[in-house]
Amino acid sequence: MAKAAADKIAAPSAVERRPALAGQELSVTGVTLAVLQPAQRISLRAPEASVAVLSKALGVSLPQKPKTSAAKAGRTALWLGPDEWLVIDDAAKDPLADCAAVTALHSAVGISHRNVAISVIGPAAAATINSGCPQDLSLDAFPVGAASRTILGKAEIVLLRTAADAFRVECWRSFSDYVFTFLSEAAGDAAA
Amino acid sequence: MIATFRIPGAGRLKQAETARFSFDGQSYAGVEGETLASALLANGVHLVGRSFKYHRPRGFLSAGAEEPNALVEIKRDSARRTPNVRATVQELYDGLTAQSQNRWPSLAFDVSALGDIASPLLSAGFYYKTFMWPKSAWKNFYEPRIRAAAGLGVAPDQPDPDRYSARFAHCDVLVLGGGAAGIAAALAAAETGVRVILADEQADFGGSLRFESGARIDGQDGFAWAQGAVAKLGAMDNVRVLSRTTAFGYYAQNFVGLVERVSDHLQNPGRALPRERLWQVRAKRVVLATGAIERHMVFADNDRPGVMLASAARTYLNHFGVAVGRNVGVYTANDSAYAAAIDLKKAGVGVAAIVDLRDNPTGSMIDEARALGIEVNFGRAVIRAGGKLRVSSMTVQPKNGGGERTIPVDAILMSAGWTPSVHLFSQSRGKVAFNDETKRFVPGTYAQDCVSVGACNGTDGLSATIDEAYAAGAKAAKDAGANTVKATKPKVDASESWSRGMLGAAPGAGPDTTVKAFVDFQNDVTAKDIRQAVHEGMRSIEHVKRFTTNGMATDQGKTSNMHGLAIAAETLGKPIPQVGLTTFRAPYTPVTFGSIVGHARGKLFDPTRKTAIHPWAEAQGAVFEDVGQWKRAWYFPKAGEDMHAAVDRECVTVRKTAGLFDASTLGKIEVVGPDAAKFMELLYTNPWEKLEPGRCRYGIMLREDGFIYDDGVVGRLAADRFHVTTTTGGAPRVMNHMEDYLQTEFPHLNVWLTSTTEQWAVIAVQGPKSRDIIAPLVEGIDMSDGALPHMSVREGRICGVPTRLFRMSFTGERGFEVNVPADYGQAVWEALWSEGQKHGACAYGTEAMHVLRAEKGYIIVGQDTDGTVTPGDAGLDWAVGKKKTDFVGIRGMARPDLVAKGRKQLVGLKTKDPKVVLEEGAQIVGDPKQAIPMTMIGHVTSSYWSQNCGRSIALALVAGGRDRMGETLYVPMANAMIEVEVTGMVFFDEKGERLNG
Amino acid sequence: MLLIRCPYCEEERPELEFRNAGEAHIARSADMAATSDDDFEKFFFIRSNPKGIIYERWRHMHGCARFFNAVRDTVSDRFLMTYKAGEPKPAKLPGASE
Repeated sequence: MAKAAADKIAAPSAVERRPALAGQELSVTGVTLAVLQPAQRISLRAPEASVAVLSKALGVSLPQKPKTSAAKAGRTALWLGPDEWLVIDDAAKDPLADCAAVTALHSAVGISHRNVAISVIGPAAAATINSGCPQDLSLDAFPVGAASRTILGKAEIVLLRTAADAFRVECWRSFSDYVFTFLSEAAGDAAA
Repeated sequence: MIATFRIPGAGRLKQAETARFSFDGQSYAGVEGETLASALLANGVHLVGRSFKYHRPRGFLSAGAEEPNALVEIKRDSARRTPNVRATVQELYDGLTAQSQNRWPSLAFDVSALGDIASPLLSAGFYYKTFMWPKSAWKNFYEPRIRAAAGLGVAPDQPDPDRYSARFAHCDVLVLGGGAAGIAAALAAAETGVRVILADEQADFGGSLRFESGARIDGQDGFAWAQGAVAKLGAMDNVRVLSRTTAFGYYAQNFVGLVERVSDHLQNPGRALPRERLWQVRAKRVVLATGAIERHMVFADNDRPGVMLASAARTYLNHFGVAVGRNVGVYTANDSAYAAAIDLKKAGVGVAAIVDLRDNPTGSMIDEARALGIEVNFGRAVIRAGGKLRVSSMTVQPKNGGGERTIPVDAILMSAGWTPSVHLFSQSRGKVAFNDETKRFVPGTYAQDCVSVGACNGTDGLSATIDEAYAAGAKAAKDAGANTVKATKPKVDASESWSRGMLGAAPGAGPDTTVKAFVDFQNDVTAKDIRQAVHEGMRSIEHVKRFTTNGMATDQGKTSNMHGLAIAAETLGKPIPQVGLTTFRAPYTPVTFGSIVGHARGKLFDPTRKTAIHPWAEAQGAVFEDVGQWKRAWYFPKAGEDMHAAVDRECVTVRKTAGLFDASTLGKIEVVGPDAAKFMELLYTNPWEKLEPGRCRYGIMLREDGFIYDDGVVGRLAADRFHVTTTTGGAPRVMNHMEDYLQTEFPHLNVWLTSTTEQWAVIAVQGPKSRDIIAPLVEGIDMSDGALPHMSVREGRICGVPTRLFRMSFTGERGFEVNVPADYGQAVWEALWSEGQKHGACAYGTEAMHVLRAEKGYIIVGQDTDGTVTPGDAGLDWAVGKKKTDFVGIRGMARPDLVAKGRKQLVGLKTKDPKVVLEEGAQIVGDPKQAIPMTMIGHVTSSYWSQNCGRSIALALVAGGRDRMGETLYVPMANAMIEVEVTGMVFFDEKGERLNG
Repeated sequence: MLLIRCPYCEEERPELEFRNAGEAHIARSADMAATSDDDFEKFFFIRSNPKGIIYERWRHMHGCARFFNAVRDTVSDRFLMTYKAGEPKPAKLPGASE
């Protein structure tokens, strides 16, 4: 019976992908929120000695300065810790595959489905996020390209400033409803 | 009704916008922009409340945040009912409805005012002394009655429908207080370009410039200058101006909490606006420009409605255009009350007399008062206010005794001097210093990067204040990193200058036992109470405060602290600094719960985590339970089924055919690196080095003390990669525990940890038909028992998407856990479900999962263990690597007490009556006939009805349990002594044959 | 809310991102299994809980996720300094009067 079962493999049919909060948007005075399309992501861990070769493999220089990021061709590497980067690829190219051939010491773990990304754009974007995030989001303290793991209300987020008035908020999948709702509530009061 | 006390041409409000409002059911007209207090005074209403303890009639003492008396309830609708609103702060809007509090049946006739007559019984410490006996009566008799009689307002009984928002903000210079000093400091700082926040509690900036008619700055009236300066500040990109915003707490490292009252002053706030906005500001430098608060005179019956602070009367006149009476008396120990008399006289109000306690004061204000024809009396005291519901007279006597004279008045304006508002400075942990010459506590030693300017710093006079504040603002900006810029300091053209005053009780405040001279109006503390406290042995002001409750009301003693201190000091015969000042604590003024809660209510109270498969379970009518923040499907009732029936069916179906279970919430950690196995060896009791890639092992994690911390199945995907699972609730702390050891104890290991809990949706398929259900959908994995034995893992594809397929079981049946990327979770579940339907499989929830694992004696960490259970206690010795030389907990579990005989061990229990299901948590005893209190030898940890076993089953921790097999023990319950037999932990398929069945 | 300088992020960050992790510089024995009962007691149970200067561990939990050490005055709640995990106890504290 076991053999029979193994022989009888049904034709693989790609099943439907159902991202959390797909397509949700909110637009109020001063700020627009949108749940972004799924992206490819890895959590990359590596000692300093491996950074150069990993950067080359990934096609983007892994930033080594705290609270910074680097981006190239739809791929962004965010410094999260001294040996930790979040690599996000919005161009549907799998960074996990790019790291697979690297023999230098590292750990790459696929987390494409773990995270959900929400864009927060508009003159009141920083105020919206500051409704629950205690960091100083002025352009001096958190310039364009700045990236950091931090807090939004009662959830952990990764925050990336993509433009003077635009942020990308990443959170874990099951927190996305909370985070989107929090940002929606905050957005309504952010123009003040 | 015509507002008869409104003075045409006076005040700064546009008279056009009339606002109708009601107070205690009576309708009145006021003006938009004024306070409720101002509007009531304009209508000649002074009686607005009853006092806390004696139910004495009370009016308005002040025109600001320090108000102790005029607390009212503001009602927008049945849910928006706010008690204890200071009428001196509440702005009027059309349709405002207010009610007085703490009176029955009516404000003018209050039955509880009998307490005033019986007040000799109610003196300081009364409650402590009187209701001691009988002890039991306190809770059931005294306390409810006292609370009913001595309440403040009534709390609303419906959920607060308003929205409250919150904001973290950062700035270089935070200026607290928007009077002349605050504005000057903000201007100086703002001109350098640094980020400035200027906040003031009032609707209009200006502070005392709102009433100081004698101030002129930069060629303008002081108030007009303030408006111009604030408008200029508000237009600057680097400045945020916050009105109606109270800094209520000053915390470590220049972290200041402010509440902005956004819409309490609006007629129809609408849904768009929050009621309040909490600002949590981190400032590089803070400038405290919090001003000073005028003190009242302490004399007999100084609480009668119509007796108020002189500056309040000036504010009502000069800012709101309202006269507080037609024929006022003035009682002062200080020049500033003269200004009130002068302003009122010029506005056409009669000033009966000024009574000045000082002997021979001189000054321009005194001269001006005289020139206006006002009677001025030196060296005299007001020893009594006449009238009850409204002051009708003041009785004057030379302060050293002599003939009394009673002067009819309809208001008494008083000033004992000004107390610097050092509340926020004190909250910042700064130490105040007593200036003996001016009898004031002023900022002494600073603990944070802040500076006090103006009146709160003891600086007198507008010129000196602006000089000091402007310099401080510029310095704060420079200290925060600004470059110096050339700017123009505001120029003071004219100002008022006030001399000192007095502290403590004035002559006539007692010690006569029939006199009530109030020190603290809100808590009904009199001068006599303070003296009595000292006579009864209180020495420290902290004791006096607690014994008398002086300064302990919601006004935090803004007007009473210094008087109370001075009276205590005088009675003790000690100088004031030796008696000490009580500590100021946050909040400066009462803060609503709503503003503290902010967004964190309803859906945002706490994140609710749902799995990718949740929508399917919801559509199937699953009942959910909360497991930490997660919602988990508890059971899936079919039509007509109760929980019991559903769980029985699910348990039986799993063992008969198969069941699908959403295990996505299990914590998952990917351990990657060449030293991954070494790390696993250190963190788990089990051996890992020799585990083949593709195989799994049940792992136990201990704390260093040797007790079980977590457990879970771990799959080795490759030599350098483990897929670790944790309990649902334990996921975050296990990750933290592992990171802690990796970073701080074993940093030499080349291994990294990544949480993948949410990367994978996990579908457990358990039961004899499980393989038949999964196999048709899988590609690239040989699912035969030979190729995929129990406790193994393979990577491949299912339904065309990547999977990590575990062969493992938490039911004792042949079982699998299908991991797929989370976004595919629901679709793969649906595919498995339709395969399962062909075999009669069911979906099962966490309750059936619990029963099924208990039938097999599998423990649940946190249910069958409680942080004091070792692997040995749990019967899991086999999972501890005997040859290992180190792992976390290896030493702890060898401690003498942890290896001693007689420890509680996990065993099974069978009730003698198979139908009886034990209570989880129930205690277990050996001898049912022993005397109470019985010796408890253990407790039930898990207990269920098992339809598969046809009886109840239970797990229990029992002292020496494994040596008691077959013994009869007892579970005493309220109405039964339940007999149980100690058994092994496995109740079903003891040989474990079904894992491959 | 305190501001805490993370030695890895090289800047002060709000306390909400951090979690205290108990006293620092309590070394786990390299030969744990052979530790005496007394030594284990000292290692696992006994903490100094000083009034004044404490050396303690923090984790930048919701930031770079690193554990690090801090010197804090338990009376004033003031941080004197922070330093990376594994670095020795500082011989001299900034601003120390002794």
